[in-house]
Amino acid sequence: MTNHWIDLQHSDVILIQGSNAAENHPISFKWVMRAKEKGGKVIHVDPRFTRTSAKADVYAPIRSGTDIAFVGGMIKYIIENKKYFEEYLLNYTNAPFIVGEKFSFKDGLFSGYDPGNRKYDKSSWALEKDENGIPKRDDTLKHPRCVLNMLYQHYKRYDLDKVSAITGTPKEKLLEVYELFASTGVKDRAGTVMYALGQTQSTIGVQKIRSLCIMQLLLGNIGICGGGVNALRGEPNVQGSTDHAILYHYLPGYMPVPRAGKQTVEEYIKAATPASKDPRSANWYANTPKYVVSLLKSWFGDVATPENGFGYSWLPKCDDGQNCDVLHMIDDMYAGKIKGYFCIGQNPCGSLPNSNKVRAAMTKLDWMVHVNIFDNESASFWKGPGLDPKKVKTECFLLPATANLEKDGSQATSGRWMQWLHRAVDNPGDCLSTGAIVTRLMHKIQEMYKKEGGAMPDGLLNMRMDYLTPDGKEFDALKVARRINGEFERDVKIGDKEYKKGQPVPGFGLLQADGSTSCGNWLCSGSFSLDGKNLMDRRGKEDPTGLGLYPNWSYCWPMNRRIVYNRASVDLQGRPYNPKRALLQWRDGKWVGDVADGPWPPMGMEGGKLPFIMKPDGVASLFGPGLGDGPFPEHYEPLESPLKRNLMSKQHNSPIITIFKSDKDKVASADPRYPLVLTTYSATEHWCSGAITRWQSWLTEAMPQVYVEISEELAKERGFKNGEWVTVESARGRIDAVAMVTPRLRPLTVDGKATHLVGMTYNYGWLHPKDSGDTCNLLTTFVGDGNAGTPEYKACMVNINRKA
Amino acid sequence: MSDGKSILVDTSRCTGCRGCQVACKQWNDLPGTRTKQAGTYQNPPDFSCDTYKIVRFAEGKKEGSREPYWYFFADMCRHCMNPPCMSASDKDEIVQDEATGAIVYTKETKNIDFETARSSCPYDVPRQNPDSKVLSKCTMCIDRMRSGLKPACVLSCPTAMEFGEREAILKLAEERVAELKKIWPKAKAIDADEVRVIFIVTDDPKKYHTHAQA
Ligand code: SF4
Ligand code: SF4
Ligand code: SF4
Repeated sequence: MTNHWIDLQHSDVILIQGSNAAENHPISFKWVMRAKEKGGKVIHVDPRFTRTSAKADVYAPIRSGTDIAFVGGMIKYIIENKKYFEEYLLNYTNAPFIVGEKFSFKDGLFSGYDPGNRKYDKSSWALEKDENGIPKRDDTLKHPRCVLNMLYQHYKRYDLDKVSAITGTPKEKLLEVYELFASTGVKDRAGTVMYALGQTQSTIGVQKIRSLCIMQLLLGNIGICGGGVNALRGEPNVQGSTDHAILYHYLPGYMPVPRAGKQTVEEYIKAATPASKDPRSANWYANTPKYVVSLLKSWFGDVATPENGFGYSWLPKCDDGQNCDVLHMIDDMYAGKIKGYFCIGQNPCGSLPNSNKVRAAMTKLDWMVHVNIFDNESASFWKGPGLDPKKVKTECFLLPATANLEKDGSQATSGRWMQWLHRAVDNPGDCLSTGAIVTRLMHKIQEMYKKEGGAMPDGLLNMRMDYLTPDGKEFDALKVARRINGEFERDVKIGDKEYKKGQPVPGFGLLQADGSTSCGNWLCSGSFSLDGKNLMDRRGKEDPTGLGLYPNWSYCWPMNRRIVYNRASVDLQGRPYNPKRALLQWRDGKWVGDVADGPWPPMGMEGGKLPFIMKPDGVASLFGPGLGDGPFPEHYEPLESPLKRNLMSKQHNSPIITIFKSDKDKVASADPRYPLVLTTYSATEHWCSGAITRWQSWLTEAMPQVYVEISEELAKERGFKNGEWVTVESARGRIDAVAMVTPRLRPLTVDGKATHLVGMTYNYGWLHPKDSGDTCNLLTTFVGDGNAGTPEYKACMVNINRKA
Repeated sequence: MSDGKSILVDTSRCTGCRGCQVACKQWNDLPGTRTKQAGTYQNPPDFSCDTYKIVRFAEGKKEGSREPYWYFFADMCRHCMNPPCMSASDKDEIVQDEATGAIVYTKETKNIDFETARSSCPYDVPRQNPDSKVLSKCTMCIDRMRSGLKPACVLSCPTAMEFGEREAILKLAEERVAELKKIWPKAKAIDADEVRVIFIVTDDPKKYHTHAQA
């Protein structure tokens, strides 16, 4: 979240798109309902009418996977009707910058596409710079290639007829949503976006979110109270796990993963550190060298020295261009290239797409170690449906882990608040925390390496793994947290202040690139005070701004800033655009309110800096060349779609996605055998694959068995009765489910044709309860987002028949 | 004496999350029963001796339109001011708590006529344990109230329920209904003068549940 949960109450219009917040984030609705009570309006855009829609003022149905078309139409509407916040656009975004002449867009492809490698050469996606290397601009916004006009050129193609034909949303609904949301493009109104997996789980997921960012920037809704683009994270600590690099392609604090092409720390740092020639740009990432060196110091301690590049060469590296996301991993596993597998706190046989492929992949392993609090369909895959345990060669281990209430540690909320939690109950039996399991395992491996030697020993042997409690049994979470925050590795003097070895670094501004500081994640630096106080443990209820920022409750990264980019909420003189919700203001030579995004004075004053300090140009990017599939989001169809052609262009699917080719990767798009669009999700009553919640009888009582939600129209057409068992089938698998016939789903008119949508959850599994059914992922396609690899769970094509 | 306690269930704010349904089971140590998916989110299908609180899901289409509606009704005993179900009780099988006004079924209800109790209740709340014959229903969490705690369902509710002194709750209900009426002319607080557990609805109570209103 750019903002935080409590802040939702300040919105005048809340657009919930790609999220079923009332069901999947019930507590968020405490604040959504408060916003409504203050006169705020709630819009829900979703394929199904859900518990969220039931509370919305406006509900707009949409075909799964077509959000870019929907939002593209909104962007067109905002520009054409001049609903944008011009002062904000001019000062705080790259709207007035000039796009280079080499950039083009034709037939659904941006310039630089290489069809052989399914990749773009992005060099033409550039802004024009002047002789000093500063982007050229036209503040009259008249230049035909200024970003705003290029943006308009791109989105004027998304007219109402076309958008409606793609999304299936009736035209008058589109207009109603556009008008209502665009009403927030003024100083004293705020609009927010709540999104979740409905945006991300798509081959164009990242670009869908970018389209929402562009919309919010046009309206001046980023950096303000009641605004933002807010990702609702799937569990209390999904934010924390991404901050700490649970994904393969970056290191803690969102720094790129080392690749084989960067053999030295200097090469790595050079590539990872952006430069800006604009003196008004803070270009915060210029500090990357300090974060990289401090991270290496946190891992390797005293053995990391300038001479050995702080141990960078010991790190394992991905090949250049190598993709190791979860789908590539399973694909390699299925191909027999992966021999052993640690599966920790996950149930991939229920939660990953195309479960038949995942389950078959597991049989190719020599061994699997599963760490979890309960048995699940993955730990016990070898006795799953259709498998003869005697014939499965994989040796499986199940290590019992402690649940979150049985250990100390921090949890980061979606709003980036890192809250320290204290163990509430003892571990049952011989359960261990995952931290203890991993640390003790590493100790054993280090011991064996010392005794027997092995390939590439340095990284393993030099790694600081002193993370166990004194009895050597459990994991010392507090010690790890301190090291993540960062410590002075020796006595140092910075400016005129002296710091002692072992003291916590009280903020990332003090991190050094010379090895005098360590820090496991620069974002979290500041979560301990210099005197060793754990600020995550704070529970102060003071609210000096009256806006619900609660600065003394827990710790919020970065630097306890509750709303990021908050300097965009004030004008050039530091006066709040909306005095009624003054997040920040410049008073008597300093910032008052939230922790400002940097200490510099307002833009209009001497020494002022641009507000989007994480961007090299200091402004937010309407034109954003960072992603792999284009500087402007473009609509492409899901891998499986009801349409033969993409109504926007000749390019049917995203041009950069990996198409997997195994015998299990059957795809049937626009195929009369599979005419129904399936969307998948989770219900309130279960958590993800249900591996934890299905053992809880109050929850299985409330949601006992697998079901498929279908419209009354489809039921009538096919003669299905509510409550009867049916079989749902895709090109990859089939599953029995109870038909839930409901007026909450409806056929949509897509490209002139009535198109039926059906929906299922992935909450069930064969292991328990025995009559609960199985996962909808037996049906879904094995394909991921072009940028992030997130599987396209939200859209594939199926058919339904009465159960044989 | 004060007017005792009241609970407000504002269905216009209820998201149907069923936190209350589960919290009630947790506090009262009631088992999860084996259920089947019957083509609805509502489960268990009805009250039972193991279920004092259920969220009823009612869906349909708005008059003259394809637009759906989906209403959630977190049903429970209303703790009537003059409870008709007490007519089934000769002695003290059913008691009215003086301090709070809660209507409590004792173990002795095994000796009274279940059908009389059930049919006298305008909201179809009482149920019987088939083995022990004891009648049961929501206790208003009298054990929690006596310790100064909110009822479990209220505590668990993110959006829709309030608990407090009856006068305060009545006032809150009145204000909320006035506010809601601006958009939903049918908004009302159901039988507010007769019951302690007051439901606010924005449409015809029958659309929520057959026994939503007396
Ligand atoms: S609602 Fe029914 S059971 Fe509850 S007090 Fe009133 S009459 Fe008795
Ligand atoms: S008041 Fe207590 S017993 Fe009654 S429904 Fe709520 S939680 Fe259950
Ligand atoms: S806990 Fe509250 S919001 Fe959830 S179902 Fe019950 S009454 Fe409704």
